[in-house]
Amino acid sequence: MKTLSYQVPQSSLKQAVILENDELETTFIKGPLKGHPKTLIIIPAYNEEKNIGAVLEAIQQKAPGIPILVINDGSADRTESVARSHGANVISLPYNSGYGVALQTGFIYAARKNFAIVIQMDSDGQHDPKNVQELIKEVQKDGVDVVIGSRFLDSSSYKTSFARYAGIYIFGKIASIFCGQKVTDPTSGFQALKGRAIHFAASDHYPPDYPDADFIILMHRYGLKVKEIPVTMHASPDKESMHHGHKTIYYIFKMFLSIFVTVLRNVSKR
Amino acid sequence: MPPKIQIISILICIFLVAYVFELVRRKHLSEEYSMGWLITGTSMLALSVSEGLLKWVSELVGATLFTSTLFFFGLLFLMVICLHFSIRISALTNQVRKLTQSIGILDLEKKTLERQIKHPTWHSDSSNMEQL
Repeated sequence: MKTLSYQVPQSSLKQAVILENDELETTFIKGPLKGHPKTLIIIPAYNEEKNIGAVLEAIQQKAPGIPILVINDGSADRTESVARSHGANVISLPYNSGYGVALQTGFIYAARKNFAIVIQMDSDGQHDPKNVQELIKEVQKDGVDVVIGSRFLDSSSYKTSFARYAGIYIFGKIASIFCGQKVTDPTSGFQALKGRAIHFAASDHYPPDYPDADFIILMHRYGLKVKEIPVTMHASPDKESMHHGHKTIYYIFKMFLSIFVTVLRNVSKR
Repeated sequence: MPPKIQIISILICIFLVAYVFELVRRKHLSEEYSMGWLITGTSMLALSVSEGLLKWVSELVGATLFTSTLFFFGLLFLMVICLHFSIRISALTNQVRKLTQSIGILDLEKKTLERQIKHPTWHSDSSNMEQL
């Protein structure tokens, strides 16, 4: 029988502590970022058996060789097996926990496995994988920790409802004020994070329901450099946005409250 | 205070305290959560039994009716208990979230290990599992 050398992963408690330990972080950032950065694409998915296959194929075509991790958020359909059969790794949460929780699971995994760069994408085909390489290229630059793909910096106009646009605009403006830089698309789920930012997203600071403008402000206050680049976004085919319906009011309330307490909260800057 | 409402109030308080004790004895209620209820029950009981105390407290909060003092403190205690519950629920939600995430990650790692044991020479031709 072959003996397996298996390293026991750090407990999630340690993940929270790791933020304070600058030495640990810097030693691992320097390593993998030189030469070939260890990159992971994370995709939270909830009942996406129809779209996830095409999305994974498109990613493998336009950004080949990058491992993909799908976080199946307690789907009732065949999301898990479709994703697996398309060559992705799948973390299945035992029940539906929400977009933010699923996404953070990906960050915790990436932090444990010492990935240098994490790309987060949506599972509904909204994000064009042709931008993945640009995000990686941009996030690798010095002095950049997070790159946000903005649909509003692109010349091709992204079609969306007025209410949604108004919401994004207002929270973008608020984020711009607190970050002291232009933020046009705080709701974008198409982002690239590097090193420290990954550990920050894996920590308890992460807002677990809708990571949004509040998290961008929080990252800025923590001393992480956020940059926006234009990306192409397609209107999602058959699914309603998570900000629609009765959740809208809660979303607006939560975002204002969250930004308010984020600004009051004490975050240690580096 | 009219004797009727006083008797009813005393009975309710005695019942509440006795019931909470019984629930703790049967381990249907943990000691932590029984605290709030016992404090509420005994304080309300004290206010109901001693008219002097009720009068003093009523004058303190500026209530003209003794019964409104009882209602006021009853509501106040319930608010504190509810807030305590909200705090506990938030903490529990947080813990459940972390557990959920850990279970998901552990499950993927377990499956990866199982595959490696079954196919020691397995490589990432069709899948990218090896790179993770």
